[in-house]
Amino acid sequence: MREFPGTTGLVFNEPLLWEKAKKGRCGMSLPRRDVDPAPLDDDLAGDAPDFPDLSEVDVVRHYTRLSQWNFAVDLGMYPLGSCTMKYNPKINEKLAAIPGFAGAHPLLPVEIAQGALRLMFELERFLTEITGLDAVSLQPAAGAQGELAGMLMIHAFHKSKGSHRTKIIVPDTAHGTNPASAALCGYVPVKVRSNDQGILSPEAVAAVTDEETAGIMITNPNTLGLFEENISQIARIVHEKGGLVYCDGANMNAVMGIVDAKKMGVDIQHLNLHKTFSTPHGAGGPGSGPVCVTEQLARFLPVPRIVQRNGQYAFSEEYPESIGKLHAFYGNFGVMIKAYSYILTMGPQLKRVSELAVLNANYVKEKLKSVLHLPHDRPCMHECVFSDRFQKDHKITTLDMVKRLMDYGFHPPTIYFPLVVEGAIMIEPTETESKEDLDLFIDAFKAVAKEAEQAPELLRQAPGRCKVKRLDETSAARHPCLSG
Amino acid sequence: MKELGELNLPDDLRYAEDHEWVRLAGDKVVVGVSDYAQDRLGDITYVEIPQVGDAFKKGESCGTLESVKAVADLFIPLSGEILAVNDALAESPGLVNEDPYGEGWILEVKPLNAAELDELMDSDAYLLMLERLE
Repeated sequence: MREFPGTTGLVFNEPLLWEKAKKGRCGMSLPRRDVDPAPLDDDLAGDAPDFPDLSEVDVVRHYTRLSQWNFAVDLGMYPLGSCTMKYNPKINEKLAAIPGFAGAHPLLPVEIAQGALRLMFELERFLTEITGLDAVSLQPAAGAQGELAGMLMIHAFHKSKGSHRTKIIVPDTAHGTNPASAALCGYVPVKVRSNDQGILSPEAVAAVTDEETAGIMITNPNTLGLFEENISQIARIVHEKGGLVYCDGANMNAVMGIVDAKKMGVDIQHLNLHKTFSTPHGAGGPGSGPVCVTEQLARFLPVPRIVQRNGQYAFSEEYPESIGKLHAFYGNFGVMIKAYSYILTMGPQLKRVSELAVLNANYVKEKLKSVLHLPHDRPCMHECVFSDRFQKDHKITTLDMVKRLMDYGFHPPTIYFPLVVEGAIMIEPTETESKEDLDLFIDAFKAVAKEAEQAPELLRQAPGRCKVKRLDETSAARHPCLSG
Repeated sequence: MKELGELNLPDDLRYAEDHEWVRLAGDKVVVGVSDYAQDRLGDITYVEIPQVGDAFKKGESCGTLESVKAVADLFIPLSGEILAVNDALAESPGLVNEDPYGEGWILEVKPLNAAELDELMDSDAYLLMLERLE
């Protein structure tokens, strides 16, 4: 068997920047002042910020050291469920760094930004092809803003019909941001429970759908990694009452080239370019959550929209029913370049991406279900959800197990989510992991499960090999230290 | 986590399905969360409580309990008006873990309908419910 990636080694300490600082050190030389000093308004004056004095090498070593303590998808498997931490091909970075793109100022006149506009225009067309929907705005900066755009468009749609509706149906297996987006738009989120199969039943949706229902927000595949098989019927029920169907496309990695959102009855769907289309994310990095709609809703999309006239690309604000502007300029352009690069690189193989992502998740599910409790033992999509029920007898929790997994050199999966499974362990291997790496991960988890029986204390103290051992999360939350 | 047999479920309290407890004190009631609730939530780091004078209907969410593991709604077990809240929880949310039936009380409520008290479970019925739940 191959060795597990996790091992011991020399790990360096690194003090806080404030502890490294020495008065008078400086990392740059400022240019000579060439204007006369001017008095500062008293209202603007005050104590200077508490910045440490450091030389360049101090700063470089500090951040390089911190990066060595870090874990990244470039270093190993990162099976964080619902986050699609797939490998991000380096060609995306290369293309995003082309000087014409990287150096383009967002205020360039459109005549000399035709390449950038064309890229965005074409990316919109690609996304209509991938979802089956008709029109796209690339503006939303992340999934949650795509959701908000969707809710605002649902509101605009009903308003255009002279009606005012109050409720949005949200299943208990939706992403957590869904009810928040609905509420932020002034709707009352109405929870509907999934059935014993882990999916929505048409009856449950029918029971809560009425003339006050503005729409339903459905994550498909849902957060249990299961495909909502009744989606067409559910869409029909909501449409019959005059509501719209919003699909959270965060889990698109399971179904690219396989399902057609429009044929399923979806009116609006957002995509997460930073998940499905292989752009780096996490740690608050930039996202991009384009929102795709059917023809009848296109007039409500955010402005400006990118249009093509006589072979030239331009921004257009001529959409009086638009919900307005969502983002400065036109969204996170760098992310769009990378997604465009990925889509062109993969071409029709995008379908293969989804097939392999689903195959990998099912492989992990089958291999681990003997040691981890599997609440819904049926074919899954791109992720599978276990629980810690088998380990309860040893008083070992999900948290203990995944902390120990770190000692073996793997990033923990998503834990305690979705909420419908107590002690959830949500694993999304993605398509980019080889069978050898999946086997190593599976063996590591099996080893942890064995230790849970034979040496539970080892798990409670884990991680033992990481730079930072088990954190006192309670103290951190109760008495946070927010200064340097 | 505690076994069900290890839980402290005092006999003189009534319990709601959402794991709140109620203690009758004259014409008002004191509300907190059960030993089971605090144990399963884990270390509580923040308690969001309603304002004195707010009124809620039975089963409505009137606050949240945030732990290292999860954020849980606090559902009011009886319809009524908030008479007092435990201000000590702002500084010391851990009181809910350490002493859920004493120092960790959360609300005092003036019940709107005393008959709702009879709809709540006694400790035996609550334990039975927990056994079914597990």
